[in-house]
Amino acid sequence: MLLMQEQIGNIERSTFRGDSTVVPSASPRIIEVVGLSLHYGAAKALKNISVSIREKLVTAFIGPSGCGKSTLLRCLNRMNDLIDNVRIDGTVKIDGHDIYSVDVDVIELRKRVGMVFQKSNPFPKSIYENIAYALRLHGIKRKTELDEIVEKSLHQAALWDEVKDRLHASGLSLSGGQQQRLCIARAIAIQPEIILMDEPASALDPIATAKIEELILDLKKDFTIVIVTHNMQQAARISDQTAFFYLGELIEFDTTLKIFTNPSVKQTEDYVTGRFG
Amino acid sequence: MQRHFDQELAILKEKLLTMASHAEGSVTKAIRALVERDDSLAREVKEHDSILDQFEIEIDEFAISLLALKAPLATDLRLITTAMRISHDLERVGDEATTISRRALELNQEPQLKPYVDIPRMAEMGLSMLHDAIDAFVNKDSAKARAVIPRDKDVDALNKQLHRELVSFVIEDPTTITRALNLMVISKSLERIADHATNVAEEVVYLYEGRDIRHSKAAPAEPSH
Repeated sequence: MLLMQEQIGNIERSTFRGDSTVVPSASPRIIEVVGLSLHYGAAKALKNISVSIREKLVTAFIGPSGCGKSTLLRCLNRMNDLIDNVRIDGTVKIDGHDIYSVDVDVIELRKRVGMVFQKSNPFPKSIYENIAYALRLHGIKRKTELDEIVEKSLHQAALWDEVKDRLHASGLSLSGGQQQRLCIARAIAIQPEIILMDEPASALDPIATAKIEELILDLKKDFTIVIVTHNMQQAARISDQTAFFYLGELIEFDTTLKIFTNPSVKQTEDYVTGRFG
Repeated sequence: MQRHFDQELAILKEKLLTMASHAEGSVTKAIRALVERDDSLAREVKEHDSILDQFEIEIDEFAISLLALKAPLATDLRLITTAMRISHDLERVGDEATTISRRALELNQEPQLKPYVDIPRMAEMGLSMLHDAIDAFVNKDSAKARAVIPRDKDVDALNKQLHRELVSFVIEDPTTITRALNLMVISKSLERIADHATNVAEEVVYLYEGRDIRHSKAAPAEPSH
């Protein structure tokens, strides 16, 4: 790891900036990963990663296939617990609490750290039920309250106008992009603090992708978002900070503007300019 | 669909407009410093030039970040590249205003060589060209931008006329040479300001029509298609 998170705090740029160039150092750290290593059996997939993720910003993980970016993402809500033969060293703290300590309720953790996957995976239920199901599991039973949260979540996911007349149609009847936004609505309905997104738009056409990207920019008002993407332009368009991984190592972590205009490390430069290899 | 990107483009435009109004203000003040023989106003123009320099740097920096991060295409791409060029022209207008105020400070030390009639007129013409070009930018009016371009000839003609007149002063009385040269420089600066306004107008045409009309001998008054 070449750029320590301490340095990130010092980045100050021009005061004149738009949406894409907020000053990340102004936002508090919500996730702190320190010295994280992960083995799948004998294979070391992550090597001594330290990274801080800041609240209500979009942080992108980029890098070639097999670089460990999705593995790291899955460490942030302990999705790797479900895989055999995984050994994790180091710490991951969210709001200052180690999420790998023995007293952590993993279900509760995943409620706070939601996830959206590459392939949209709505339940084979109605649009309404896709959202209401999780709410009921979390103890919300009153119809008026359910209705209200379902509508609010669909609004927040920029899907309401497209589905308000068919809330009881199957979630699977929606287009790919709509299904993905339904999954995002489902994730935000239980009000997580953090949303992890693993290639959320890679299976979508450019229009549906643009809608997801606009949605992510809207959602960062309320949520911290960590996104893994193969699409460098997508990382450039929507993220505030970008981490570049290669062969299980964090090569560079900085503001997205810095990574895409003047990276500090040659490997990063080679990757973002397409000279990698 | 209203894009987040549109908000950033709006910031870029707004910044450019603020810069344009600073540039216009500098020229107006520099000419007043000359006509009203006001040294403190001349010094103010010189000191404020760094504001325009800073605008140019900020606009470039912001435009480069948008180019790098948003991979803009079509109108978006033209808007960003045009903004960079317009800001460069505005910065140069500011430099000309500084030159005028420097020369005004020297001229104000001596008795006035002649009544200043053509110089304020040239300034007015150049500024109104710049104003119209910026108006065309704001209102997406490429016809208005095209109408600015031929007006440059009038300013050129006035500049030449003033040069001839000043030369005759010098021939008559060689002791006027310093003042005459200072006035020639000011006249040339005003002529350059009109050139920059013309550039801005051409950039606006490129922005809204996608046609590059720079360096064409006779810029058509209207699109030929």
